[in-house]
Amino acid sequence: MAQVFNKSANNIARISMVMVVVLAGTAFYAYTQIARSSYLTGRYVEKQQPVQFSHKHHVGDDGIDCRYCHTTVETTASAGMPSTQTCMNCHSQIWADSPYLELVQKSFRENKPIEWQRVHDLPEYTYFNHSIHVAKGIGCSSCHGAIDNMPAVYQENTLQMEWCLACHREPEKFIRPKSEIFNMQWQDSDLSPADRDKLKADYKIRSKEMLTSCSVCHR
Amino acid sequence: MQVDKELQQKLRPAMVEGEHTFASVTDKISDVTLKKRTPFHWFIGFGISFLVAQLLLFSVVWLLANGIGVWGNNQPVGWAFDIINFVWWIGIGHAGTLISAILLLLNQKWRTSINRFAEAMTLFAVACAAMFPLLHTGRPWLAAYWLFPYPNTMGIWPQFRSPLIWDVFAVSTYATVSLLFWYVGLIPDFATLRDRAKNKYYRFVYAILAWGWRGSARHWHRYEITYLILAGLSTPLVLSVHSIVSFDFAVSQIPGWHATIFPPYFVAGAIFAGFAMVLILCIPLRHWYRMQDFITHTHLVYMGKVMLATGLIVCYGYAMEAFFGWYSVAEYEVFMVKNRIWEGPYWWSYWLLILCNGLSIQLLWFKRFRESEFWLFTISVVVSVGMWLERFVIIVTSLHRDFLPSSWAMYSPQIWDWTMFIGTIGFFFTLIYLFVRFVPIISIFEVRTLLPDAHVHGHQQDFDESVLEVEYTYDRTDPPNS
Repeated sequence: MAQVFNKSANNIARISMVMVVVLAGTAFYAYTQIARSSYLTGRYVEKQQPVQFSHKHHVGDDGIDCRYCHTTVETTASAGMPSTQTCMNCHSQIWADSPYLELVQKSFRENKPIEWQRVHDLPEYTYFNHSIHVAKGIGCSSCHGAIDNMPAVYQENTLQMEWCLACHREPEKFIRPKSEIFNMQWQDSDLSPADRDKLKADYKIRSKEMLTSCSVCHR
Repeated sequence: MQVDKELQQKLRPAMVEGEHTFASVTDKISDVTLKKRTPFHWFIGFGISFLVAQLLLFSVVWLLANGIGVWGNNQPVGWAFDIINFVWWIGIGHAGTLISAILLLLNQKWRTSINRFAEAMTLFAVACAAMFPLLHTGRPWLAAYWLFPYPNTMGIWPQFRSPLIWDVFAVSTYATVSLLFWYVGLIPDFATLRDRAKNKYYRFVYAILAWGWRGSARHWHRYEITYLILAGLSTPLVLSVHSIVSFDFAVSQIPGWHATIFPPYFVAGAIFAGFAMVLILCIPLRHWYRMQDFITHTHLVYMGKVMLATGLIVCYGYAMEAFFGWYSVAEYEVFMVKNRIWEGPYWWSYWLLILCNGLSIQLLWFKRFRESEFWLFTISVVVSVGMWLERFVIIVTSLHRDFLPSSWAMYSPQIWDWTMFIGTIGFFFTLIYLFVRFVPIISIFEVRTLLPDAHVHGHQQDFDESVLEVEYTYDRTDPPNS
């Protein structure tokens, strides 16, 4: 009886055995990468805002402190979004007639807030509090990146759980003195490891086990 | 000599009856797949099973659309049909593995004609079982990262100290090894079907499945080694899988679950349920396909005996559960035993269980019942119901009375609990019917080794029969293609 397959089928069979492993491995690797891609996390994607507000200009050039606008960052869970009145503190005098500020003027006249687009959107099942992070020596730029260089703000980090845990497991790698919290130029290498450990003790930062227990973030 | 023969038949009964040669065995089994017209009863059976399987599809869609609130699960009965059915199905699979692996290693010849479909039964039962814990999560597409350790974006691993993760490994290992074992055993038979198929497409598919098997001595040598290795791998699985399933309960501290008897008691129960299912399948099968020569009366009697033995172990387990409760002098354990057996609202389920699993099998002590196909089949069905009730009793009666009386609640299954359970039964039989139609239901080449023709040596008693399986050559050898 004739053979169903010719001799080359032997090689196809052998190659297919290898390819199953290679393809499955590749697909798995691709999955782990796609799961962390900016397509899914929104990382590095600039959000368009109703008003062309530039952090680069206001923070970088003018040197306005973060807390001038985000007033509640040291005291509450939310850092706080400035009201239009905050804008008008300056812009009733400077660039008061600029067409770029049309919407701000309108908001002020009609007493209706500007609808800013949220850039850092955490899922509802996570509990996040700005004030505790600031109080325990985590600076703005540690999570938000070089805001003073961003004309339009984008998300600097993935905001995925592994990113949160990277710090909660080793907070001493990212802490800085109280005076440097709002310093946009701060580098984590500015402190020696010994200083960090001392700082961690001074801040009374709790153990890794406490910081990584489920209910710290999922309440 | 005549006396000797009679004695031999009594001590080691022939596992193939009737006058058979290598050719007639091959014809008889492969014709079911290749030659005979698909019988009408196949279409009826497949049709009904397939329709019932649609119920599963519908239930799953409904579940995913609405969430697991459509089930009757509540607090404190957070586990109910989903876990009852999981344990029931996974237990049924165990007989297949026992028959294929342990009986092979123990050189029990009677496994030969039932191992093929018992293994198929294992695979299909595991497929049904695996559905329940996945769907129990409510969002099975997310279950991958809850269950499997891989570098996920959460930066954490599953809880390795939880028996639930041990379960994932136990069941997936079990499914993989069972599939390999079944498939490797099928390769020589697929080659037979390939060589005998007249239809071009059949031949093409069977040729792929046979992986170029030519039946050379080298092929057989490697086959024997592989098969033994897989048997060795499967053997611990017979014990480990259901032990780990029992840890889901025993490792917790719920009264009635936290007992050391659980692993052996669950394993015995699994084999008990599995043999009941093998009997349920093989009694009609041997009639419909006229396989009485291969699945003989002796086979049925042996399986009845295994059922009796494992059933008695299970009964010992029931006795011990009650004893442990009493002996512990722990308030909650004592309450649970009383509540389960006579004081609680589910007392009827306990006594139904004792009736099905404890009393019904006592009939098997008697030759009259053990040798009657009708009674074996009936007892098997009753035992299958009983083993389902056993899981119901263990799970529901332990959970519905929580430690705090304020948390007490009743559990009653909802319509979607039932449709999903019945749906998996339809799915199981759909797969069984497809298997019967397209795969040789009995291992052709292994049955041939049981024939007198395979025992060509004069001094049969002194001869090590296992050597024959290696020496035996394939009856339709193709010219080597390399």
